[in-house]
Amino acid sequence: MKGNVIKYERDNIDTDVILPGTYLKLHDYDELATHAMEGIDPNFHSKVKEGDFIVAGKNFGCGSSREHAPIALSHSGIKAVLALSFARIFYRNSVDGAFLLPIEIDEAAYHNIANGDELEINTEKNEIKNLTKNKKYQMKPFSEIIGKIIAAGGLFKFKP
Amino acid sequence: MNITEKILARASGSKRLSPDDVVFVNVDKVMLHDVSGPGVIKVFDKLKKQGISVDKLWDPSKVWVAEDHFVPSAEKVSAENIVKLSNFTKNYGIEKHFKYGLGQYGICHTLSHEEALVLPGEVYVGGDSHTNTTGALGAFACGLGHTDVAYILLNGKIWFKVPETILFKLNGKLPAHVMAKDFILKIIGDIGTDGGAYKAMQFSGNGIDEMSVEERLTLTNMTTEAGAKNGIIEADQKVIDYLETRGATNFTPIHGDSDANYSKTFEYEASEMEPIVAKPFSPENISVVREAPSVELDKAYIGSCTGAKLEDLEAVAKILKGKKVKIRTEILPAAISIYKKALEKGLIKIFLDAGVTVGPPTCGACCGAHMGVLAKGEICISTTNRNFPGRMGHVESQTYLASPLVVAASAVTGKITDPRDLN
Repeated sequence: MKGNVIKYERDNIDTDVILPGTYLKLHDYDELATHAMEGIDPNFHSKVKEGDFIVAGKNFGCGSSREHAPIALSHSGIKAVLALSFARIFYRNSVDGAFLLPIEIDEAAYHNIANGDELEINTEKNEIKNLTKNKKYQMKPFSEIIGKIIAAGGLFKFKP
Repeated sequence: MNITEKILARASGSKRLSPDDVVFVNVDKVMLHDVSGPGVIKVFDKLKKQGISVDKLWDPSKVWVAEDHFVPSAEKVSAENIVKLSNFTKNYGIEKHFKYGLGQYGICHTLSHEEALVLPGEVYVGGDSHTNTTGALGAFACGLGHTDVAYILLNGKIWFKVPETILFKLNGKLPAHVMAKDFILKIIGDIGTDGGAYKAMQFSGNGIDEMSVEERLTLTNMTTEAGAKNGIIEADQKVIDYLETRGATNFTPIHGDSDANYSKTFEYEASEMEPIVAKPFSPENISVVREAPSVELDKAYIGSCTGAKLEDLEAVAKILKGKKVKIRTEILPAAISIYKKALEKGLIKIFLDAGVTVGPPTCGACCGAHMGVLAKGEICISTTNRNFPGRMGHVESQTYLASPLVVAASAVTGKITDPRDLN
C-alpha cells in the first residue's frame, strides 16, 4: 500500500474536528467526505488524494463514537492513519467497519515523516518504508483479533 | 476479579478473565438514537447489498431507541432521520422508542437511568460515546459505533478486550460547594484525556457511598473524556432504591472480589476538593475556579447528559433563586420526567424569573447541533462534557466546562465565578 502523507503535528485530534457535530445528521458517505477535517483544515477536501495517509500525534480520534469520522476520512481517499496512539472507539470503528487502517507508530517515525512524503506500508512485515527519505520504520503489530478482522475485511466478514 | 471482569466473564461464559483477554460477550441491552440509528440503517443497507440477511433482529425486546441529538427536528434532514428511525423501530418490532412530543423522551443516557432501562450486572452497549454514564448503576456500559451496534442487533454479541481497571477512591463527603463534576474534571486534569484510554475507570470509597446516584452518574459520564472503555461503580442500596422507585426490582448486582486486581489506584480527599473549570480546548485543561482567567462570558449553558439531571437543576436553582442572569442563559432539562419534577418543585419558575430561556430536552448545543450553538468568538460556560474546538458551534468559539453551581454563579456575574464568592 503506497501513498502520500498529510501530516498534522498535534495530539488529541478529536472527532469534533475530524467531522464536526453539525454534520452528524448526514449519512451520505460522499457528502460526509466533503466535510472531513473541516475543524482544523478547511482545505483538506481539496488537497486529499485517493490513497493518501494521515500522520498525527497521540490519541487520534478522541471524543465521540461517531462512525462518521472514519467514514469521512475513508471516503476522502484516506487508506490509513498513522498516529502515536488512537482513541478506542475511532480505532474500533476503523477496523470493524473496514474503513481504514489505524497504524501505531513510534516517536522517531512520527518526527521523521514529513508532510508530502511517499510511504509504502507493509502490514505483514509491520514495516513502513519512506520512499521519499529512503528510510524504514516499524509499525506496532496489530493485536491478534484486530489482525484477523482486518484480514477478513471487517467484523461482518470475520468468523470468530 | 473486579466488577468489570466479573460482568464480562458472566456474559461470555468464562470462568475467569484477566486484562487483555479477548472474548465475545452476550449483550443484555442496546441503545440507538437519532444519529446512530440512521447510521445503523445505512450499515443494514450495505449488508443487504452484500447478501447478508437483515430481516430480523436478535431480540427487539432488548433494544431501545432515543431521540435526542437533533430534536425537536432542527431542519429537514434531521426531520427525515426521525421518520427513518420511526420506520425502523416499527419494522423491527422495537417497542421502547422514546419519541419527542409523545410523553417521556430525553437524552439517551438520562433515559437509561430515569427509566431503569439498564440494570446492575448487565452488559449494555449504545451507539454513543457517553454510554459509559450508565456504569454508575453497576453495569458494564460501553459506547460503540454503527457497525458494531448493527452487528449486535443481528447477532446479540460483540467482541471486547477485557480492560485493566484503574480505581479512584474518594475519601470523605464532598463539601457543599463542590459537585461530582468538579471531582471528575480534577481526575481528567490529573490523568489526561487519554489517561483512561482502553481502560475501565472504577470509583469507590466512602465519598462515593455518600454521593447520590445522580452525582455518581456525572462521574461515569465523563470517563469518556479520559478515553475509558467503561466507567463503573458497584451498585449499593442507593442504586437498588433508585431503580426500585422506577419499577425495576428483578436484578442481581455483581460485586468485585476482595482480592480483585486494579492496575492503579488514585486516592482523593474530599475536603481538599475545590470548584474546577476546564478551559478551552480540552477537558484536561483544568484550573481551580478562583484562579481561572477573568474572561467576559457571552453565554451559560445548562444541559446535556452530564449536567441537566434533576439535582443539577436543583443546584442551579439554589444559586439563581431571587437573582437575575447577566448573560444569555439556557437550561434544557435532560428528560421530560426531569422537566416535570423541576416544574413541580418550582425550579422552572425560578429559572424564568431569573431571565433564563428554558428549552426542551435535547443534546442541542452540547454537540454543536442546534438550540443555542456558539458564534465565532463567543465564550460559553457550560455544564456539558467536551470543549474541543468547534464542539458547541464555531471552531473559534470557546467553552469552559464546569459544575452546575459554577455555571449558575457565572451566569449571574458574567465571569467565571466560584459559588462561594457570590453575594
